[in-house]
Amino acid sequence: MSKEWPLWEVFIRGQHGLSHRHVGSLHAPDEEMAIKNARDVYTRRNEGVSIWVVEARHIAASSPEEKGPLYEPSNSKVYRHPTFFDIPDDVGHM
Amino acid sequence: MAGKTNDDALFQFLLRMGDNSLILGHRVSEWCGLSPVLEEDIALANTALDLIGQTQFWLGLAGEVEGKGRTADDLAFLRDAWDFRNVLMVELPNGDFGQTMMRQFLYDAWSQVMVGRLIKSGDKRIADIAEKASKEVAYHVERSADTVVGLGDGSEESHARMQAAIDYLWPYVGEMFDGDEVDAAMVAAGIAPDPASLREEYDALVNKVLSEATLKVPTDVFHHKGGRTGYMHTEHLGHLLTSMQWLQRAYPGATW
Repeated sequence: MSKEWPLWEVFIRGQHGLSHRHVGSLHAPDEEMAIKNARDVYTRRNEGVSIWVVEARHIAASSPEEKGPLYEPSNSKVYRHPTFFDIPDDVGHM
Repeated sequence: MAGKTNDDALFQFLLRMGDNSLILGHRVSEWCGLSPVLEEDIALANTALDLIGQTQFWLGLAGEVEGKGRTADDLAFLRDAWDFRNVLMVELPNGDFGQTMMRQFLYDAWSQVMVGRLIKSGDKRIADIAEKASKEVAYHVERSADTVVGLGDGSEESHARMQAAIDYLWPYVGEMFDGDEVDAAMVAAGIAPDPASLREEYDALVNKVLSEATLKVPTDVFHHKGGRTGYMHTEHLGHLLTSMQWLQRAYPGATW
């Protein structure tokens, strides 16, 4: 067994209504201590109203090598952007 | 509450509160940059800052009550060892990380019970300070208790170190519950509880956490004393002050 504490990714919601944002990572022996450490490391300046932590090994990530098949097909599909509608002036800013 | 004697007693009481948080805050700050891991380093620095923040309120009010124009800074940096009123436990050297966290828990547990009572103090200034401190204290005790359990119920080595820590620190716990004429005056004035009356709640919390940590609470009833009365501090306080007060000693009256 490794003596190193596992790595946790930390997500903080800055204000009510906004989504949690990834702010960084830290080490902790378990999830409770990870939240406490996140509180101490990432919310010292009153940044947050909510903390999520997830052990880094549980995050499944896309592979950079696959970026062609993953993202390029959407390059040529401008019609997926809703920019072809005429928006009445009365609607104002959208 | 106006009598001179009562103000003297109140001043002493406030020094005890403020000196406890000041000296422990300074001790904990000594870990800054030296903790075993970055996360604990920052957490301990936060704790130290909280304690020093509480000190500003307690010693600020002490200076006000004394009525000689002394500020919290004057009281912190211009008194010598014999004028300090902190319990001996908080001036002890940090030892290893486990000993520091054990001391932190033993103090935080007392602080939580004490602050809980002081919120209902008949002196509104004290109730307000207690109210402000209570959220910090609640977090401190949660964190230090978790660490005590984590290390106590951890590896063979961490368990042995934590058992050694409680064995070493236990004889310093009792002083927090000693009472004298200052405390009697505070009780009579409805300002603060009799220290002995905190013991039951304290023991319940400490026993619960230490048993979860698989640690044995020593049964020896002897305890050291002399800090909160100022009768005799340990040799460690003087050394701590030379470092804490160095700037004012080398450059009297320096400000920035």
